[in-house]
Amino acid sequence: MSFDVPDDLRYLESHEWVRVAGDTAAVGITAFAQDELGDVVFVELPEEGAELAAGEDFGVVESIKAVSDVYAPVSGTVTAVNDRLRDEPELLNEDPFGDGWMLEVEVADESEVDDLLSPDAYRDQIE
Amino acid sequence: MTLRAPPLSAVHQRADASFTDFGGWEMPVEFESIRTEHEAVRDEAGKFDVSHMGQITVAGPDAATLTQRLTTNDVTVLDPGEAQYGAITDEDGIMLDDIVLYRLPEGAADEFLFIPNAGNDGEMTERWLSERDERGLDASVMNRTEEYAMIAVQGPDAPDLLAAETDISLAGLSRFEVADGAVAGVDSLIAQTGYTGERGFEILCPPDEAEAVWGALECQPCGLGARDTLRLEMGFLLSGQEFHPVDEPRTPYEAGIGWTVKLDTEFTGRDALAGVAADGPEEKLIGIELIDRGVPRHGYDVTTPDGEPIGHITSGTMSPTLGSPIALAYVPAAYAEPDTSVRVVVRGEPKKARTRSTPFLDR
Repeated sequence: MSFDVPDDLRYLESHEWVRVAGDTAAVGITAFAQDELGDVVFVELPEEGAELAAGEDFGVVESIKAVSDVYAPVSGTVTAVNDRLRDEPELLNEDPFGDGWMLEVEVADESEVDDLLSPDAYRDQIE
Repeated sequence: MTLRAPPLSAVHQRADASFTDFGGWEMPVEFESIRTEHEAVRDEAGKFDVSHMGQITVAGPDAATLTQRLTTNDVTVLDPGEAQYGAITDEDGIMLDDIVLYRLPEGAADEFLFIPNAGNDGEMTERWLSERDERGLDASVMNRTEEYAMIAVQGPDAPDLLAAETDISLAGLSRFEVADGAVAGVDSLIAQTGYTGERGFEILCPPDEAEAVWGALECQPCGLGARDTLRLEMGFLLSGQEFHPVDEPRTPYEAGIGWTVKLDTEFTGRDALAGVAADGPEEKLIGIELIDRGVPRHGYDVTTPDGEPIGHITSGTMSPTLGSPIALAYVPAAYAEPDTSVRVVVRGEPKKARTRSTPFLDR
């Protein structure tokens, strides 16, 4: 089974993605990650204004069978939270790279993006 | 340690199931998704490979006497073709296992067949053998776990699905009854038992013919994941979670199955349990429903609204049918009344919750 790994994103080994546009980055979990977790039933996210540190956990995704921490790909300030996930956590399963986005972050240090996995490197990891 | 694999292992691998280690067996945990499988069983039908469950037969003149001495329920009330649920306890009345005991239909070579939980078959066989030898009883006890595949078909459509594939009249088979019958041409034992709260059957057949039975029952294959959420909605016990001789030592009264204890019979643990029955258990297994958002999980603390610890969650999940977080927990009897306000501590945060009677679903 092969999973979608969009070419315009960068990745963490722990299966988070980040989409960088200027100094803003959207963050979510990958199609592979949601498949491993199974039916997502609960998402716990920080509030707007929270400070994220690259590599640190910032939230929790719970499926029926598992609890999983989510890690920040980059450092920065949370500028938006996807409130739909509160009532529709299944968006993480249905559209992990789109409607299932989790946060937007104002990126503190753009050089951190260079440390993330390229789409090819992430594909190699999950194959 | 090598994991034991069910006879249908290759079939499940071809179906792209994911697997988990359960009781020393490598079992399918998920085929499609837990929610899809769960809903199929509640709304239509699903099939489960439960070949990890043990099968032990007891035969001979003292088969009933021996089995009566080791189980909490009264086996002498069973007619041929009837089954009962019961517990196996130690001298202190602590549950070692819970079983379904079948008195086999007339004409069977063995009188009783019982189903211990996965991985307990060896220990339970030993228990029967040593009791037999200690008391000089005339009975043969055989661990036949490797000689049976066990397939459950559960859900409102299960009777029709099975009726189309069997040569016996299922109308004549009541709940907790067992009969000989062919399924897809395979000689089997067919029991109207299950672990989901839905109507359904469990089929015992030879391992090398299990694929024909499995294939003939055309419905959603389900893994242990859905089996767990289905049983939890009904408040059914899971060995290792709601009771365990070391990690969760509990009497049947604490675990809410006091109705299986017949104190007018003689069995190991009877005297200790008579004491518990007289005083009432200090703690009880109760249902909990979270009011706040969150998912209760095994091991989480339960507290009073003031934060005083009173117990812990044994099993919990997001109920696929109710769409709300549910759990089972042991708490002092004083907190066991339904609708008592409690807290469940989720990652350090107390979440509002209330106690509930089980089952969580009306079935």
